Amino acid sequence: MNISISINGETVTRDVEPRTLLVHFIRDTPGLTGTHWGCDTSNCGACTVLMDGRALKSCTALAAMCEGHEIATVESLERDGELDPLQQGFHECHALQCGFCTPGMLMAARGLLDVNPDPTEEEIRVAISGNLCRCTGYKNIVAAVRWAAEHQEVAP
Amino acid sequence: MSALEDRPIGFGRLKRKEDARFIRGQGNYLDDIRLPGMLHAAILRSPFAHARINSIDTSAALALDGVAAVITAKDLETLGLAWMPTISYDTQAVLAGDKVRFQGQEVACVIATDEYIARDALQLIDVDYDPLPPVVNARKALDPDAPLIRDDKEGQVDNLASPLWEAGDEQAADRVFAEADTVVERDIIYPRCHPAPLETCGMIADFNPQTGQLNIYNGNQAPHAHRTVYAHVAGLAEHMIRIRCGDIGGGFGNKVPVYPGYVCAIAGSIVAGAPVKWIEDRSENLMSTGFARDYIMHAQMCSKDGRITGLRVDVIADHGAFDSTAQPTKFPAGFFHIVCGSYDLQAAHVQVKAVYTNKAPGGVAYRCSFRITEAVYLVERMVDALAHELGVDPVELRMRSFIHPEQFPYQTTTGWTYDSGDYQKTMRVAMDIAGYEDLRREQAEKRARGELMGVGVAFFTEGVGAGPRRHMDILGLAMNDGADLRLHPSGKAVVSLSAQTQGQGHETTFAQIVAEELGIPPEDVEVRHGDTDKSPYGLGTYGSRSTPVSGAAVAVVSRKVRDKARAIAATMLETRPEDLAWEKGRWYVKGDRTQGVTIFDITKRAYSGEVLPEGFEGGLDAQVIYDPPNLTYPYGAYIAVVDVDPETAHVTVRRFIAVDDCGVRINPMIVEGQIHGGLTEGIGIALMELISFDEEGNCLNGSFMDYLIPTALEVPDFELGETVTPCPHHPLGAKGVGESPNVGSPPAVVNAVIDALAPLGVQHLDMPLTPARVWAAMQGRPEPPQ
Repeated sequence: MNISISINGETVTRDVEPRTLLVHFIRDTPGLTGTHWGCDTSNCGACTVLMDGRALKSCTALAAMCEGHEIATVESLERDGELDPLQQGFHECHALQCGFCTPGMLMAARGLLDVNPDPTEEEIRVAISGNLCRCTGYKNIVAAVRWAAEHQEVAP
Repeated sequence: MSALEDRPIGFGRLKRKEDARFIRGQGNYLDDIRLPGMLHAAILRSPFAHARINSIDTSAALALDGVAAVITAKDLETLGLAWMPTISYDTQAVLAGDKVRFQGQEVACVIATDEYIARDALQLIDVDYDPLPPVVNARKALDPDAPLIRDDKEGQVDNLASPLWEAGDEQAADRVFAEADTVVERDIIYPRCHPAPLETCGMIADFNPQTGQLNIYNGNQAPHAHRTVYAHVAGLAEHMIRIRCGDIGGGFGNKVPVYPGYVCAIAGSIVAGAPVKWIEDRSENLMSTGFARDYIMHAQMCSKDGRITGLRVDVIADHGAFDSTAQPTKFPAGFFHIVCGSYDLQAAHVQVKAVYTNKAPGGVAYRCSFRITEAVYLVERMVDALAHELGVDPVELRMRSFIHPEQFPYQTTTGWTYDSGDYQKTMRVAMDIAGYEDLRREQAEKRARGELMGVGVAFFTEGVGAGPRRHMDILGLAMNDGADLRLHPSGKAVVSLSAQTQGQGHETTFAQIVAEELGIPPEDVEVRHGDTDKSPYGLGTYGSRSTPVSGAAVAVVSRKVRDKARAIAATMLETRPEDLAWEKGRWYVKGDRTQGVTIFDITKRAYSGEVLPEGFEGGLDAQVIYDPPNLTYPYGAYIAVVDVDPETAHVTVRRFIAVDDCGVRINPMIVEGQIHGGLTEGIGIALMELISFDEEGNCLNGSFMDYLIPTALEVPDFELGETVTPCPHHPLGAKGVGESPNVGSPPAVVNAVIDALAPLGVQHLDMPLTPARVWAAMQGRPEPPQ
């Protein structure tokens, strides 16, 4: 079937099998490999993107279900050479190690800050609780999201 | 060029170089690589734990549109690839031909144009099995009527995986126990768990039949050792194999072994004549790749006059169907005999018996230096049991029994030489951060109200950085690491390493070492690794060996370059090398600091047409292979504070205090990050991570639905502290740290929970401390996890 999805503001059209997962569509068609795959059961969150501004695990959705929706991936965060405050915060606070969960974490956190620009530590922990990280123990991720919340004004 | 004093050089909290690509989603992980004409592999796995294979019919799969090849053991036999060596000198079936020996074992491999079709084809393969009775319980593996698992091995008459292995002095231990005034005894299980890195294992193999060149893309922790294994397995010359490891999404020991899927990808590329990508799914990762631990331990500990004096340990090790545990050759039970811990014991005796069972092979370290995690867990549980028996505070018994600072280097009764330590000091720092006395007061008040609060202490000593070549090898390869350092005319440096980062920040830390030693900014040092064609030989990253071995190699190679620079500086300054002194970034004439040349001046000179010292060739570079004289022995004091809900038996880790002494910290930010991650894994192991089996040998934890790892909601905001006792034999005074938090945290959490449950008479409870298992213990019915 032929589907069109808006990914990072650009319409991507492709003939796909109905069973094609959104995560595979994103990785294969525009070749945006920042969105990762880490489990088969929608537990790990490495594939988290935003759909119409809300965090979505892209292994949970069929590409066909996303026709007409706006998808944003980690590649959309940096604009005109300006990093998203979350990207800066992750670097400043050492909130990543192997980097595999990072894109999903960033998108889950973006989804949070877009609706709650000044979250508490507990709210941050709840918001990223669908995203597993094996390296950081989450402490610095929580700090990084707070850092971003405190530096939102630098966002374009 | 800025003045020397303005340049940020060397050790410190330098932000990571590698972040720039990761925060933009520009990492280069295995699945991100797409080669022209690449095919995809998928593996059919056994539904049975133990069964004979009567026949395999692949015709329907082969007929499916898009399928390029279906490979079975028969095909591999013709290539000589049906069996492969494990890293423990055992053999492992690449694809099962005679019978399957664990659920999830590799049976057939499909090569197809995309991964969806490859998986469709798996459904079309018809395998006729005759189920056999499985051996699931390791305690029964050596029963006379136990089915023989490894009938493929000539002379194998039972399920013993390796001969009984002993350390320490049995008679001396018997004497100490005879003289003791108090003895405690416990059965303690360290259950099977799994490193479960977020990126699963996989490979792209690209064999060129015209040139005979095999290009491999694969995230593994030891690319050079892997290349040597493939050279043996495939009969190719090493220089015809190139392994490239891009970014690796975590390893934790899981990416140390060579897996059948890798050999299938190689065979697939040979058969199909195209690059073949194989990436396992999460269930395959959890059910078939290297698990960790699975030690069934029986221990006795004794004391005299209030001090710990002796320890006896008897272990059954479950190695699964093929012995692919990871450890240096001489040590079939790894470094388990470090089980004397941090205590000045009079005698100890350890014996370990390893058995085959119908379970996945493994026994790799999960963020642990070769079984030290099991050892530390055991000794720290036993110390708590003894303290309970003696009626003394667990900290007090540890303080009385610690090795004292003046006893270092300290020879343990099981043969280790600890390098340095001041254990009492580190314990006191942890108690201060925790407010230990206040916690005990709070606990007493809560107990009086019927609340279940526990405080758990663990003190660990690890031996990491394997290791000295006279003692340690894997498959005959000495556990040394190389480093090459080259300075360009502009003074920019490239250092090549055999260590293999999986997120540890090597590109930053190793640049800092060169920067510190040569006085050039870390941003001017490029760290090159992960490509066997572009890095020196060495055994890779696991067992916390990057800083102890590769870090030392980088320091030594930097000093070699500095010494060459000194000779060149002497020529430039028209003096003798011995008349020069070093300060960061320059050699100057002793007694006259104004007379000096910087490393940049020297490098420029080295490449110029001007005169060089007698015997010098142009350029400025050096290489080393570093052979560590000893392991490094990091240690730490951990305190966990837990609350157990009396109605749901749910455990909350409210606080966790970790004070690590890993010697000199090159980048404290990265060290702390490693500690946070390891503590989280350790809390996961203590509370939720378990690979278990039913009596048919079905794996019950084959996905993240059932194999639980901690989320941000299950871990506290860690409280860290540090003491610094430099390693006397490491050129930088550094010790390894990556694994310490995983080693030290499970006993702290378990000791805390058992402390919380003490009013209910609970004396021991095996991990994982799930609500159901804690509840059973609260009702007086604790059950082992397997």
